[in-house]
Amino acid sequence: MVYSLPEEVLEHVFSFITSDKDRNAVSLVCKSWYEIERWCRRKVFVGNCYAVSPGIMIRRFPELRAVELKGKPHFADFNLVPDGWGGYACSWIDEMSRAYPWLEEIRLKRMVVSDESLELISTAFKNFKVLVLSSCEGFSTDGLSAIASNCRNLKELDLRESEVMDLSGRWLSHFPDTFTSLESLNISCLGSEVSFSALERLVARSPNLKTLRLNRAVPLGKLSTLLHQAPQLVELGTGAYSSGIRSDVYTGLSKAFLGCKELKGLSGFWDADPSYLPALYSVCSRLTTLNLSYSTIRSPDITKVIGQCPNLQRLWVLDHIEDSGLNALALSCKNLQELRVFPSDLYAADVNVTLTEQGLVSVSQGCPKLQSVLYFCHQMSNSALITIAKNRPNLTCFRLCIIEPRTPDYLTHEPLDIGFGAIVKHCKNLNRLSLSGLLTDRVFEYIGTHAKKLEMLSIAFAGDSDLGLHHVLSGCESLKKLEIRDCPFGDTALLANVAKLATMRSLWMSSCAVSIGACKILSQKMPMLNVEVIDENGSLDSRLDSCLVEKLYVYRTVAGPRSDMPGYIWTMDRESANRI
Amino acid sequence: MSTEDQFGLEITELRLGLPGGGGGGGERKVKKRVFLDILGGGDEVDLCGNGGGKNRNMEVAVGWPPVCSYRKRTIIKMYVKVSMDGAPFLRKIDINGFKGYSDFVMALEKLFGLGDECEYIPIYEDNNGDWMLVGFVPWEMFTETCKRLRMKKKVLDGGLQTKNLMRKNEN
Repeated sequence: MVYSLPEEVLEHVFSFITSDKDRNAVSLVCKSWYEIERWCRRKVFVGNCYAVSPGIMIRRFPELRAVELKGKPHFADFNLVPDGWGGYACSWIDEMSRAYPWLEEIRLKRMVVSDESLELISTAFKNFKVLVLSSCEGFSTDGLSAIASNCRNLKELDLRESEVMDLSGRWLSHFPDTFTSLESLNISCLGSEVSFSALERLVARSPNLKTLRLNRAVPLGKLSTLLHQAPQLVELGTGAYSSGIRSDVYTGLSKAFLGCKELKGLSGFWDADPSYLPALYSVCSRLTTLNLSYSTIRSPDITKVIGQCPNLQRLWVLDHIEDSGLNALALSCKNLQELRVFPSDLYAADVNVTLTEQGLVSVSQGCPKLQSVLYFCHQMSNSALITIAKNRPNLTCFRLCIIEPRTPDYLTHEPLDIGFGAIVKHCKNLNRLSLSGLLTDRVFEYIGTHAKKLEMLSIAFAGDSDLGLHHVLSGCESLKKLEIRDCPFGDTALLANVAKLATMRSLWMSSCAVSIGACKILSQKMPMLNVEVIDENGSLDSRLDSCLVEKLYVYRTVAGPRSDMPGYIWTMDRESANRI
Repeated sequence: MSTEDQFGLEITELRLGLPGGGGGGGERKVKKRVFLDILGGGDEVDLCGNGGGKNRNMEVAVGWPPVCSYRKRTIIKMYVKVSMDGAPFLRKIDINGFKGYSDFVMALEKLFGLGDECEYIPIYEDNNGDWMLVGFVPWEMFTETCKRLRMKKKVLDGGLQTKNLMRKNEN
């Protein structure tokens, strides 16, 4: 006997299922569940905008309210993806404007967005609420004017790390006086000054404002005014955090921070003057997130602040914190979950900052909840890595960047294979790993053997041969994204693991040893992949199959080869290297 | 036969140094050729020669260390002083306001009112105190390491001029 619940009941049950993974699982149960689910799905995440077309998404999910898209490969952050590569949001926004009049949320990452698209968003979606543009480019403050003028119900405008053509700060003044729904505003990436009085009035009439991230141009002397208007803030990004020697500014700031009883996160701090730091001590005990990574304050001052933050869960900081500051962190912040230490000087001839592997070892010892690490340093040892791994088997994300490529264990001069091997062996839930230092094929054998939950792996200047790549592709069962640069990995490993690539989101390989011929074969064997060769040295047609490609980007797709590529990208197709 | 048997001991050939044999952007390659010509020969120029220790090796890699461009743009000090031979005044220029060498050099020339027949070569002092020709290193690295700029007047014997430059660095 088959029992089936009425559609409305199933739909009601499904409304409690919000995670994408669970929704996908529900849709696979049977045809009727697939049908019911697709009509009531409200949000979709597309990890690669070229893996599917807007039309396919719209046909399957006719009633979406929220869409999230990602465009360029991650290595675009480091200038490895040439300009004009793609990731255009235009066609998506055009089609969604027709299909989803009730769309409320758009989140884009590493995509190219035009002012016309922003204008379309502002007029086509009557109930538009959330716009997040993360590391995007292609638009100007004119586009922002349209959003400000037309989106009556906007709750969130977040421009994090986007590259905006900053024509003027006037756009902010376009929010009408009747607009009061703002909950989150992040303009930290903008260079030009917005009208302060417009900003102040906006903040004053936004009772639900919880997140405010200002840009550098907002002077410290004005910050207290804003804080008095918004004592309910939960996250604050300051503007420039210095003001000469002004005791009135200091006093005003102290008083304003005292009034912020809900503040949990702080960021900004450009050009921070350490003498203004004590002004925020009153909020430190409640802080869970602190981002000092844009300030150049030194270790003793950082240590003083951190010592006041026992509830800190996330800390982003420059290597100015030094080992001494990290030791203090390990003592004070027992709830720490995420630590990111960025380099202050990228090409320093002398290492004038005493940050070594010891700092990370201390934190791994002292902070039992530490899960996520991003650490730039100049030296590392296998013994330190082994200690870290044994201390913190609960690590889920471990990204280590030893600044000079191919640096060996500074104590033994050996490769760092066994150190990273210990990380993958002990940290059974590791889902993201970035390698650096001197590494042979052996480290990849360890990774292939142990890193069964690894989803994203970044490799640079490592390995000896194709065996390294083969270990990763054949062993890492959960691998979704693999990005490789400057490694001696080539055709043999790639062609021995073609099926694996269809189970992954994408593979990036640049300055490796993959030939044009191998790309063609891969493309022939795997029609569900787009095999894109990026090569700025001229047409591939005139070259032999044995020639190596500069950059290769392979991803699975149901949308076929893309049609918006610039002249230096070729999709490999069954017959020959064709530009479509 | 396991797949591992396919992997012999042969080391697959790999080009090291600038990825893609010159990196992206044709115009950057052109500029580099011009300056290499001035120095009197392309291949013999040792990119790693001029002091600065072992860190020179990794300076050749584009996009390394992996710090995102937003962060790089934000952290670096903005304005750099520019002097010009024969001019009593200094100017300041925001290196971070440019996307690459071609815009930047054009802006430099505009700053001093120099025309097409430019008698000046832009040189810069890097964080090691060495004087370098503008255009020698990848753009991102230039923005990070440039401490100050100088518009140096070309002399009739271009070779002698640059040899003096090299000698100055060696002292």
